[in-house]
Amino acid sequence: MLAISSVRSFRQPPANFLQNRCMADLLQRIAQRRDTEAFRELYDLYGPRVKSYMIRQGANPDTADELAQETLLTVWRKASLYAAEKGSATTWIFTIARNLRIDRLRREVPWQELPEGHNETASDDTAPDEAASERERQVRVQAVLASLPPDQHSVVTLSYLDGLSHSEIAAKLNLPLGTVKSRMRLAYQKIREAVEDLK
Amino acid sequence: MTITHHLDDATLMSFAAGSLPATLSVVAASHIASCAHCARELRYMERVGAAMFANLGSSALGRPAPTMALARAEADAHGIDDTAAGPVGDLPAPLAALVGPNLADIKWKRLGLGVLHHRLHLADKSAGDLRLLNISPGRQMPNHGHGGSELTLIIGGAYADKTGVYNIGDVADLGDDVDHTPIADPVLGCICIVASDRPARFSGIVQRIMQPLTGM
Repeated sequence: MLAISSVRSFRQPPANFLQNRCMADLLQRIAQRRDTEAFRELYDLYGPRVKSYMIRQGANPDTADELAQETLLTVWRKASLYAAEKGSATTWIFTIARNLRIDRLRREVPWQELPEGHNETASDDTAPDEAASERERQVRVQAVLASLPPDQHSVVTLSYLDGLSHSEIAAKLNLPLGTVKSRMRLAYQKIREAVEDLK
Repeated sequence: MTITHHLDDATLMSFAAGSLPATLSVVAASHIASCAHCARELRYMERVGAAMFANLGSSALGRPAPTMALARAEADAHGIDDTAAGPVGDLPAPLAALVGPNLADIKWKRLGLGVLHHRLHLADKSAGDLRLLNISPGRQMPNHGHGGSELTLIIGGAYADKTGVYNIGDVADLGDDVDHTPIADPVLGCICIVASDRPARFSGIVQRIMQPLTGM
């Protein structure tokens, strides 16, 4: 059963969401000047959220602390790769946290590492106003997520935040596998339509 | 390589979320490595994850910012070349990391019905089945469905069934309600990697091939 409290907290207005420009600045200070003060700020801003993510995915608080540190240390190491592009800092940090989570919590082998920031190689669709579009995209993604019907919202949440596979979601919600997949697809279609003109 | 069969949006979303089972992730990553379309969609789906991540509440950190570790992290970083490609061969990098870069070096075993196979074992202990199949030219596979989730990526030759022709780089991401009877290319045969989130004895093509031998 989906925890009602988690749905509520998710539907609250986004707190830090529009600060992405400031995040990008912090990352640039780290990339260009190896600025430890900027690192400390980034750690204080993102660390608590990474920890929540890891706990939600099944880590105990101690492991979650360790993974939060590791995520931000990876950010420090790879900051120059991010700074080359002006995509969303949050998306980049999310992919790093996700990859560490896969490695550690599911004890999987390194091949499973997903690309962190396709930003590193993708440049053909990067316009000068990319940063502005990126923020606009995020606002729209948030709005669509908040307006999804509960049945679609719950499968998306169980997949992204609770780390459940389609089969696990089907078992948990007592639904056919095909129904879980079609709800995921419907949710994504709405999100894609909302950001289509910014692609 | 012209790719015409892609991953289902639901599969890509699960991959972006990091919640696709390990066996399926190997096949998905191998397809995405050569598919610009799916790579682009993946980027958008990662934004969905980032939006949900951004909305999570905060958990008080039990440790201070690891500023003392920064110098060491920096030293480690000099040893890492993020642009370094894996060994160059004819297999996609995520698969090459498991079986080596060259198709010619795969050690095949007989499975039955003119099909050779090479089973891959992952460190991850989750259920599922991952194996390469090498199907003789012109061979028709027994009609089969797919219990659970199953992905097939073509890495050599081709096959055809009622849903179309699958060439190198194409992925079959069929729902569990689809039954099909693939036929391997009459000249080239077909080499593919098949992943399931269930053990082979419960579903799909491998179970159907083994059935006459084991009576399952």
